Amino acid sequence: MPITENIRGYRRPARGTQPEYLHPSYVSSIKRAPTKALVAIPQTLSEITGPQFTPNDIGLAITDLTRQHQQSPMGERIIVAGRVLDEDARPVPRTLVELWQANAAGRYLHPLDQHDAPLDPNFTGFGSALTDDEGRYRFVTIKPGCYPWRNHNNAWRPAHIHFSLFGPAFATRLVTQMYFPGDPLLASDPIYNCTADADARQRLIAHFDWDATIPETALGYRFDIILRGREETPMEHRN
Amino acid sequence: MSPQATTSQTVGPFFRIGFDRLNCAKLATRDVAGERIVLEGRVLDGDGAPVPDAVIEIWQADSLGKYDHPEDRQDKPTHSGFKGYGRVATDNEGRFCFRTIKPGPVPGPSGSTQAPHLVVSVFMRGLLKRLVTRIYFPGDSEQAQDPILLLVAPERRRTLVAKADPANSGSLRWDIILQGPQETVFFDF
Repeated sequence: MPITENIRGYRRPARGTQPEYLHPSYVSSIKRAPTKALVAIPQTLSEITGPQFTPNDIGLAITDLTRQHQQSPMGERIIVAGRVLDEDARPVPRTLVELWQANAAGRYLHPLDQHDAPLDPNFTGFGSALTDDEGRYRFVTIKPGCYPWRNHNNAWRPAHIHFSLFGPAFATRLVTQMYFPGDPLLASDPIYNCTADADARQRLIAHFDWDATIPETALGYRFDIILRGREETPMEHRN
Repeated sequence: MSPQATTSQTVGPFFRIGFDRLNCAKLATRDVAGERIVLEGRVLDGDGAPVPDAVIEIWQADSLGKYDHPEDRQDKPTHSGFKGYGRVATDNEGRFCFRTIKPGPVPGPSGSTQAPHLVVSVFMRGLLKRLVTRIYFPGDSEQAQDPILLLVAPERRRTLVAKADPANSGSLRWDIILQGPQETVFFDF
C-alpha cells in the first residue's frame, strides 16, 4: 500500500554556501570529483528517513578525549561545545556527533599519517556522543596541532577538528571541519576556502567562549552546527 | 535571518580514527527475514586507480519495504532488529563488501512505487562533500516504472544496477566509478 501523504523534504543549500566537487587548488579533487552533472531527484521516503542511533548502538559516549589513557595527553586542554540546530534554529536532539583530530603535535593516530611529529601514547583523538534534548554536545579535548601536507609547495593545514553528523534523515548527513579563530593558515588553505560564500566559510570557525572556559583548566570554544531544515510545504512532483 | 546549513568539508584521509567504532558490514542478524545478499565492489578514480581511502554508507528498508524510522508510517509490520544502516571503509585495492538482505519496494512520489534499492553515501579525501547514489537489483521488473531511474538517461541507468554473479547465488557486484565514460550516476536532492 503506497502512503498517500506527501513528502516534506529538506531544503536545498543557499547558493555558494556548499563547495563544488571540483576545486582544482585542492589537488585530490581533480581525479575524484564527478565530471558529469548530478541528476536532480525529488526526495522520497528513502531520503527523508535515515539511521537513528541510541546509546545501545554507539556504546558508551566518549566526551573526554583527555581521559582515554593512563595519563593526560600533551597539549592545550580545551572544551568544544555547541548545539546542533536546523535551519529554523530548532535543536536536533539525540543525534550522533562523531569527531576526530590530530594530537597537539599535528599527528594523527593513523598508519597513513607519515608526518615527522611524535605520536602521543595518551591521545587517540576520537570522540562520539548523542546530543541532548536541546541539541547540545560538549567534548573535552586538546587543541590539535597544524601539520604539513603535500597539496602544494609549503602547504600546511590550519588546526582543525573533523565532525560527522547524521541528523534526522539521510538528507541531513553532514561531514565538516571546525577551525580556530585567528589561525594564520586559514587564508591559504584550499579546503577551508573551497566554499564561495565568505560568511559560510566564517561559520566553520569556532568562537572563543568565556562561558565554556573552565578556570584553571581549559579554554572553551563554541561551535554550532546547522543541518538542513525542512521545506515548509510538501514537495511538488513534476516528473 | 535564519541560519544556513553548515558547509561540508572533506572527510580527509584519516576518518578511520573516528569511524571504525560504528562500522557495520553485516546488516542483518540471522533472525531477520529476507533474501540474503553479499554486495561487493570497488571504488575507482579518474585514472581507473583504486581508491583505498573511501568510506561507503548504505541505508535501506527491510524485506517488506519499511524503513526503521518514525517517518515511515506505512501500515506494515516492523521487523525488530533490522536497522538498515551499514558503513565500511575501502581496502588497499579500493574494495568494499556489505552483507545484508534485499529490501522490498518502497513508496515513491505521487503514489508511485520505487523498485528495491539502497541509498548510498560516498566520502573520501578529495570529495569536499559526499556523493550520493543508489544500488538497484538485477532483474526487478519494477525498475521500468521506478520514478528515480526514469529521471536518469537510459544509457546511464546500468551504473545503478548491481550485477549478479551467475556462479554464486545472492552475490552481487556494483562498482563506484568516479569519472569517465562509465561514470556512476550521482544524485542531487
